[in-house]
Amino acid sequence: MRHMLFTAAAISIALAAGPAFAQRDPAYQSARAQGLVGEQPDGYLGIVGTPTAELRALINNINIQRKKQYTDQAAAGSTVQQMAFVTGCNLIQRTAPGEKYQAPDGRWLTRGSEPPVRDPRCL
Amino acid sequence: MRSRCTKSLGTVRHATAVASVAMLAGGCVNVSAPDKPIVINLNISITQEVVYRLDNKAKALIQENPGIF
Repeated sequence: MRHMLFTAAAISIALAAGPAFAQRDPAYQSARAQGLVGEQPDGYLGIVGTPTAELRALINNINIQRKKQYTDQAAAGSTVQQMAFVTGCNLIQRTAPGEKYQAPDGRWLTRGSEPPVRDPRCL
Repeated sequence: MRSRCTKSLGTVRHATAVASVAMLAGGCVNVSAPDKPIVINLNISITQEVVYRLDNKAKALIQENPGIF
């Protein structure tokens, strides 16, 4: 009985404190891990190779939700685009090795262990 | 690097004929590589002060919405 309680507690703590990808839609996480979609400097997801209907639907769904958050969070004195840009800086910084991101010159790059190539205005 | 845009000219008549064909074909193409890497401006106007102001917000936003980021 105590073993079960301990296990249940351990699992719930792991889920709550786990890395972000534990809460992503599995299709989204899979597309990210395969490098089919990647982070753009403007704060939104982009399709890396040939677009498919599924990928388009996937990123549109997520990008719409992101845009809502950017709109809510952009305080007086900044624009939605600026909030999106600064978030994009952070998102690219947080890409895991193997994932794709877009450099400021438009190239899609694969994240390695070194810091990503970002717009010079990013912190 | 010498681009293809320069042509060696023969007689005036020949040069005119060559030039006309080149213009019909769409003109010259410069095949030398650019000196500097191509930088596409993201076309966003943002000052460093705004970046500083928004950065902590952006970090919090990502933490609080892990499913979409």
